[in-house]
Amino acid sequence: MRTNLSERLLDLAVSVFMWGFRVLIVAVILIGTISTIQAGKYTSEQWIDFVVQGISQGSLYAMIALGYTMVYGILRMINFAHGDIFMTGAFGAYFLATWLNNTGFIDSNPLLGLLIPILFAMLVAAGIAMLVERIAYRPLRNAPRLVPLISAIGASFFLEYAFRGFFGPGVYAYPPINALDGEWQIFGIGIQKVQVVVAVSAAIMMAILYSIVMFTKVGKAMRAVSENKDTAALMGINVNSIIVSTFAIGAAMAGAAGVLNSLLFRQINFMIGFVPGIKAFTAAVLGGIGNIPGAMVGGLVLGIFESIGPSLFLEGLGIPRPYQLKDAIAYTMLVMILLFRPSGILGERLSTKKA
Amino acid sequence: MKKENFIWSALKIGLTSGAIAIFICLIGMVDVFSKRDVVEEVITLGQFVLLATSVMAGLLASRRTVHLLGREKWTAALVSGLAAGFISGGMVALLVLLGDKVNLRAIFLNASPVLYELLTFGKGVGNIWVLPLMGALGGLLGGAYLYLPGRISHPVNRGLFIIVFMALFAGLFRVIFINQGPEMEKVAKYLFGQTGLTKAGALIFFFGVILITVFWTYRGAAVRAGVARLPKAGQVSLRVIAIALIAIIALALPGVSGPFISQVIVTVALFILMGLGLNITLGFAGLLDLGFVAFYAIGAYTVGLLTSYGPFGLQHISFWEAIPIAVLVSIAAGFTLGLPVLGVRGDYLAIATLGFGEIVRLLAGSDFLSPYFGGPQGIIGIQKPCIGVLEPFVKMDVPRVCHPIWTGDFLFLKNITIGGELGTPQTIYFVAIAAALLVAFVAWRLRESRLGRAWMAIREDEDVAEALGINLIQTKLLAYMLGAAMAGLGGAIFATLIGSIFASSMQLIVSINVVALIIVGGMGSIPGVIVGAIALIGLPELLREISEFRYLLYGAALIAMMLAKPEGLWPSQAAKRELHHENTEAQL
Repeated sequence: MRTNLSERLLDLAVSVFMWGFRVLIVAVILIGTISTIQAGKYTSEQWIDFVVQGISQGSLYAMIALGYTMVYGILRMINFAHGDIFMTGAFGAYFLATWLNNTGFIDSNPLLGLLIPILFAMLVAAGIAMLVERIAYRPLRNAPRLVPLISAIGASFFLEYAFRGFFGPGVYAYPPINALDGEWQIFGIGIQKVQVVVAVSAAIMMAILYSIVMFTKVGKAMRAVSENKDTAALMGINVNSIIVSTFAIGAAMAGAAGVLNSLLFRQINFMIGFVPGIKAFTAAVLGGIGNIPGAMVGGLVLGIFESIGPSLFLEGLGIPRPYQLKDAIAYTMLVMILLFRPSGILGERLSTKKA
Repeated sequence: MKKENFIWSALKIGLTSGAIAIFICLIGMVDVFSKRDVVEEVITLGQFVLLATSVMAGLLASRRTVHLLGREKWTAALVSGLAAGFISGGMVALLVLLGDKVNLRAIFLNASPVLYELLTFGKGVGNIWVLPLMGALGGLLGGAYLYLPGRISHPVNRGLFIIVFMALFAGLFRVIFINQGPEMEKVAKYLFGQTGLTKAGALIFFFGVILITVFWTYRGAAVRAGVARLPKAGQVSLRVIAIALIAIIALALPGVSGPFISQVIVTVALFILMGLGLNITLGFAGLLDLGFVAFYAIGAYTVGLLTSYGPFGLQHISFWEAIPIAVLVSIAAGFTLGLPVLGVRGDYLAIATLGFGEIVRLLAGSDFLSPYFGGPQGIIGIQKPCIGVLEPFVKMDVPRVCHPIWTGDFLFLKNITIGGELGTPQTIYFVAIAAALLVAFVAWRLRESRLGRAWMAIREDEDVAEALGINLIQTKLLAYMLGAAMAGLGGAIFATLIGSIFASSMQLIVSINVVALIIVGGMGSIPGVIVGAIALIGLPELLREISEFRYLLYGAALIAMMLAKPEGLWPSQAAKRELHHENTEAQL
């Protein structure tokens, strides 16, 4: 019986530890929040600013996260190169937009000047993603799970450094769209136009994507393939072409997000995809991986948390320069979700074998 | 099904290879590689790479044709090789023509006049016909290669390989040879030029290797049989001699090769330590940890805080005392980070550990904890290991003085020193190698132990393992803790090697590198870890000169490796069986 007792003690220790972990995090958030609010350092306008920033950043995460979630839903594979697809879209749009800007087209037609680069970025990103799928993923579809993951890591490096080779290590500035300067007054609150445009465009794109997945034949086929590849094939669905179109659609969303990101931050570089890629994956897990509305919600939640978190509960604890720990908040959320609700906010519990 | 046409396939292969050649030009590889020679005054590395695409195209196209039409239709095979090479070269020519008319440089930085100069051999657009011609020639060579009998193509293969290999590392060998004194300097200058092999060197290496290969093909079996006929004692002593030779080379290497190569070897050894650690968690127990750098960081920071004479030093103990503490702290960290993720499986585990790794790095580098860990400025002034007597700590920013164990004359040897400060890469080399050997031994014994078998059972199927009476919690935690201990040891040596630690050197990319080297070497295989570390960390470090393309080639190599040899370069027996088994399953 000795082993039994020690096993039970170990079990007990584990659950005490886990509860301690939860209590610690909740305590940090509560104490920090209360003392921040008591200190009253920020006005309500500043808080609204934080939230708006969070929404626009979060909607970008959501758009990238869709690609992760859709691919994972179908292939059970983390497409590590997805963040770099986002970067390729941004580069594609940059060159077109610069040219349009030089011809004066963006100033005379701001709406088209926004839309055309977005469409182009979607095409570029989708094209590259299809190429990557063909070369690096398709031959490995039946391989053990780590094999495509490593191949995806390779593809990620390859894309990053190929673009570094093409365009150099420097930072490119996306051309300004003058019509997007300044603020709009919404319910008496001044909100930057860019942020509104980014959030609204992201919402429109995601609505389009959602209707594609829910109401078109391709979307139905995608859902069928993600449910069961073999059965879907028996039903006359061309699994290969559905997988390719999943990659293409996810990549198109990421490409569009690349342009919106360039509007927000104006900086393009061969590495811009790496961190947003990981964040977006966090968002996808947060919402429940494989779940499309989940990715959208997860992205928004992550964006808002990241944006208000440092000021809300870290500053109250007397942490200097809390925005440095913005990413740590994102990762802590990720870890918490994985530990305590692996199915994500909206997800159903995946069977442990699948996960 | 429509029968595939060999002309069509040659066209396709030619177009693909042309696209690759253009890609190589546009990322700037031709430009940079043209500054290096394969053989001086004969062919630059840039030309070689371009020519290689044509030859490959020709080879593939001919092989395809042979496959479709049969070996006896050799004209068709050669023509398709020629055509593929021609198309490949022609596409590059088109790039030059296009670049001559349109300013491609507005988009592609490398589409510069310099590139066009190189591609037309400095003669301008008028010379453009050379490219397709060279391509066609290369393609023809590729096709002809296919018809060489094995006993010729095999040695030629090796000969070409050794030329490229020697040329890539020519600078390195040259320096090593020159360091050995004036006699060797002459040899070095005869074989190696400033930027590649000399003509004489290339010929010597080429024919040398061909001779050896031919000799081995005809006489190798006899030699092996001769060794097998030796009495048992003789075989043992042969093996002892071999091991002693390796040991002597290993001991003499840092002195012979200088600081750069020693530093590279130390880096490889550190990655071997981390790789062996992760090999326990991932390779043996099947737990994918993408935040493994956290343990490396913890080992490094522990040594840093305990030994530094800078502003963040806490204890000022010696490196040797700090090492066991660093390992213990890493084990504790493995326990605390392993505990919460016990119930998490598969990809989720990978992402959760990735999160932990990033949190550790962000916290260590933040202003929040900078009073303890130095924040972005990091910890500086880490004491070097000392063999001998270390004087006590005097004041901040003054390194402690290390007295060797003994100095003096011994018989005819004057002024010899035993011990002293291990301050240079050449001396830390011994610490790193010793640690790697020790850890490899521990890992090997662990694998054969009861615990090792329990890990492998968990890797194969957690539920079944539990049903067989394996305590999952305990076994998994031990995997995390032992893995962490090895990575922590690596981090500790890293801290003293560099002399300072910055949170920014603990990036996610390090964890990814470690996972990649394990997979490339072969999951769960201990020699595989060593091979993987040499291939993925050592070779790129040695090729610093072309470091611009390091990660590009690294990425391409990872993909190619997964496509061609997913079980790794040196797979463990179990992995070989398993992959084979899965292949047959997939066919069913």
